[in-house]
Amino acid sequence: METRGDLEVQLKGMREYYRGGNTRGASWRKSQLRGLCRLLEEREAEMNAALEFDLGKHPVEAYRDEIGGLIKSANYALGCLKGWMSAKKAKLPLAAALTTAEIIPEPLGLVLIISSWNFPFGLSLEPLIGALAAGNVVVLKPSEVAPRCSSLLANVLPAYLDPKAIKVVEGGPAVSEQLVKQKWDKILFTGSARVGRIVMAAAANHLTPVTLEFGGKCPAVLDSLSSSWDREVAVQRIVGSKFSACAGQACIAIDYVIVEKKFSSTLLELMKVRIGKMLGENPRESRSMARIVNKHHFLRLKTLLEDPNVKASIVYGGSMDEKSLFIEPTILLDPPLESDLMQDEIFGPLLPIITLKKIEDSINFINSRPKPLALYVFTHNDSLRKRMVAETSSGSVTFNDAMIQYMADTLPFGGIGESGMGNYHGKFSFDTFSHHKAVLRRSFLVDFWFRFPPWNDHKLQLFRSVYLFDYLGMLLTVLGLKKSKQG
Amino acid sequence: MAGEDKKQQPFDSKAASSLVAELRGAFASGTTRSYQWRESQLRGLLRMTDEHEQDIVAALRSDLGKPELESVLYEAAMLRNSCKFALKELQRWMMPEKVKTSLTTFPSSAEIVSEPLGVVLIISAWNYPYLLSLDPVVGAIAAGNAVVLKPSEIAPATSALLAKLLGEYMDSSSIRVVEGAVPETTALLEQKWDKIFYTGNGRVGRIVMAAAAKHLTPVVLELGGKSPVVVDSGINLQIACRRIIVGKWGNNNGQACIASDYIITTKDLAPKLVDVLKNELETFYGKNPLESKDLSRIVNSDHFTRLTKLLDEDKVSKKVVYGGERDPTKLQIAPTILLDVPRDSLIMNEEIFGPLLPILTVDKLEESFDIINSGAKPLAAYIFTNDKKLKEHFVNNVSAGGLVVNDTTVHLAVHALPFGGVGESGIGAYHGKFSFDAFSHKKAVVYRSFMGDAAIRYPPYTNGKLRLMKALLGGSILGILRALFGRS
Repeated sequence: METRGDLEVQLKGMREYYRGGNTRGASWRKSQLRGLCRLLEEREAEMNAALEFDLGKHPVEAYRDEIGGLIKSANYALGCLKGWMSAKKAKLPLAAALTTAEIIPEPLGLVLIISSWNFPFGLSLEPLIGALAAGNVVVLKPSEVAPRCSSLLANVLPAYLDPKAIKVVEGGPAVSEQLVKQKWDKILFTGSARVGRIVMAAAANHLTPVTLEFGGKCPAVLDSLSSSWDREVAVQRIVGSKFSACAGQACIAIDYVIVEKKFSSTLLELMKVRIGKMLGENPRESRSMARIVNKHHFLRLKTLLEDPNVKASIVYGGSMDEKSLFIEPTILLDPPLESDLMQDEIFGPLLPIITLKKIEDSINFINSRPKPLALYVFTHNDSLRKRMVAETSSGSVTFNDAMIQYMADTLPFGGIGESGMGNYHGKFSFDTFSHHKAVLRRSFLVDFWFRFPPWNDHKLQLFRSVYLFDYLGMLLTVLGLKKSKQG
Repeated sequence: MAGEDKKQQPFDSKAASSLVAELRGAFASGTTRSYQWRESQLRGLLRMTDEHEQDIVAALRSDLGKPELESVLYEAAMLRNSCKFALKELQRWMMPEKVKTSLTTFPSSAEIVSEPLGVVLIISAWNYPYLLSLDPVVGAIAAGNAVVLKPSEIAPATSALLAKLLGEYMDSSSIRVVEGAVPETTALLEQKWDKIFYTGNGRVGRIVMAAAAKHLTPVVLELGGKSPVVVDSGINLQIACRRIIVGKWGNNNGQACIASDYIITTKDLAPKLVDVLKNELETFYGKNPLESKDLSRIVNSDHFTRLTKLLDEDKVSKKVVYGGERDPTKLQIAPTILLDVPRDSLIMNEEIFGPLLPILTVDKLEESFDIINSGAKPLAAYIFTNDKKLKEHFVNNVSAGGLVVNDTTVHLAVHALPFGGVGESGIGAYHGKFSFDAFSHKKAVVYRSFMGDAAIRYPPYTNGKLRLMKALLGGSILGILRALFGRS
């Protein structure tokens, strides 16, 4: 276990390495990204084993949600790096003759990434891709709640990346607390809003900018769909994304479904059938569903269902096995809205269906609750679509699918309000770990002679014209043909 | 109306809370979201500035002794330009930005929609009290938010003018001014805002961010720092000095966040540089600068005392090579140059924010970069040189909010450049579209069809599905074909 002194010495060394300019060049950054690609290729088996150990994930789930996405992102960053690193010219008005302006991205310096346990590789390495592409030195603190994955990262990253620039620090809350007290140039934190507040408060001491990725109760609004094909696809996407991605323990998992009362029984039947087909008779055996990460969360979920009014609303599933930390896919119909189940982020394989009279009522329902990280709407109705986008607020909105927005390189991934601040993925990752420096270059040749004191009305008048980009006015004033505004 | 709020009632937590509740109601009603509302409010700011320019000049003269030209140019005209630019671009800014989607989410279309954050708090500074209050307001309105503005109490005439004018010209259901000092600001900071935009110093910036952390409120902090000017030989020294002077003393008498704080030059060049500076200073401000009408005064006695303390420190008092005169009754300090001040003096360890200009000398100019980089990152850094290599080295290796080569401070006026700090000099940026973005949430919106779903995404998991998934995520058409038609 490292002492505080050790940590400070390490960080000092990393800052010096950064100041030496070692991480600035494109070739260093590319070599790190390629190193990550190689790691993902060569260590896939070990990563799968670690995910199985920590979360009971199936290798295909692991690939779909973590490894595959990381390979995609690393390659995307490699392909885009040159463009991202280049200075962008900024437009100037004609009055600024012989002047050039540009925006140059530069690394922030020493950054801290704190990741979560549910996608322990994805949520550690996706931000790392951005931090390295942007030329920073990085400390990564993986979650101790996924210990095998954490120790795999600690062992394996130094073999593929520059060990002077990237360090993994393992440990629990005490270690995180120590870390956030240090002076960082940026912190990217993925986790709960409660801890996020602590991280931001610590960052405030050093004026450290933060990107905070939380979650929330992400609703899925299911409108009436006339075609049975569409209904099947919608149900497949809802049920598939909820239960097959870390058993619902995901920040962008569908937390609950809203549907019009008259469709609820149809929906329920479709869901039951789909769950059966997808997860089979014994989802625990087939590992088509991950398990609950630990006893603490298992008991948390168990307690949610112990509320008698909640229990009474269970219409499918509900069985749990504490020994194997397994909870089967569970559907509830109209549990009480004041229950903990409907107040807190569920983060598990429990899926409430909330029925409303009219689907448009879902807008008020959603708006009366904290802004979620994602909103999902299944509909053909164009006007409902428009209203959803314009009248609700969430990190993102996805129509007719769920969770897929995570894989898009061109979309910012981040929350709003209680679901987070800042964003990343793709170029947004690069930007979030960069400072966009304004650079203006002037020549000695041109200046407005009236720029300098002593001041008089004539100079003032000239300036008025300049600021209005009124070149004719300027000319006339210089020629003495235009009088000043003031007497 | 905002002006009427100044009754005997203290603006406490309860008052702040009901103000926010009121504005949330206004925001929820959708008033501030329409293009028409935003446009009308921006036009209101423009009209207000046009019709009351003389009142603004008078308030600034009262608060700061600011010369009319500075008030007209650096506050009124700049604010006008901000409004005009926003009006010109608003429609474009409000449009969703279509983005490309790739094979991994095929078929789909996606866009990024800018939406207002909600109810925002803007806390402004005393040195450019009109501009630094309203420039962020321009961004907040353009982005469709409801706004509370808290102007600085250290510039009371401008604060009162803003309260009065905004009450008259703006939609007070959604735009309000709260005047006051620490107690009122504290009450405001206890509330939950959707964004806080603060201009001021790092000490208070930390307090603002800590208060924001309780509610997970994102912040923009426009702070300051010691903006250095590196001066090389082989340049037109007269032009350089004029630009340095107008950027320092011509900007609220050095009380500006991007004013040149100190100069670094070579031992060889220093005497000549001092001579030219002296000459130009005399041309601009005469032999008796304490009498010049073209210099703002020091804002108040606290800052006057602070600055004289910097000047009178033992290590430094003998280093004055020009100026040094002060008049406490007028709260004025003459333009002062100091040469070869020790690096551990007070004047070199805090942002000066006043009419004192220390010059550090080095043997070789390359040493200046280490000096600059060893301190906190400033809001701006400047270099005067014709040496291409030195220029590029400076641009690529000095980290600051913004850099200017061969001038000072002018980048402030360029809408296309983000204006903000890094490290100790701040978080976030604004001006032009960056203002709009600072007050917007960039919401990702994805449209998928019900066609083309890959059951491969879901259990039961098979090797065939895995292969196809690898091909899809890898974006390779060939891989997809192979996976589709190959053996499972």
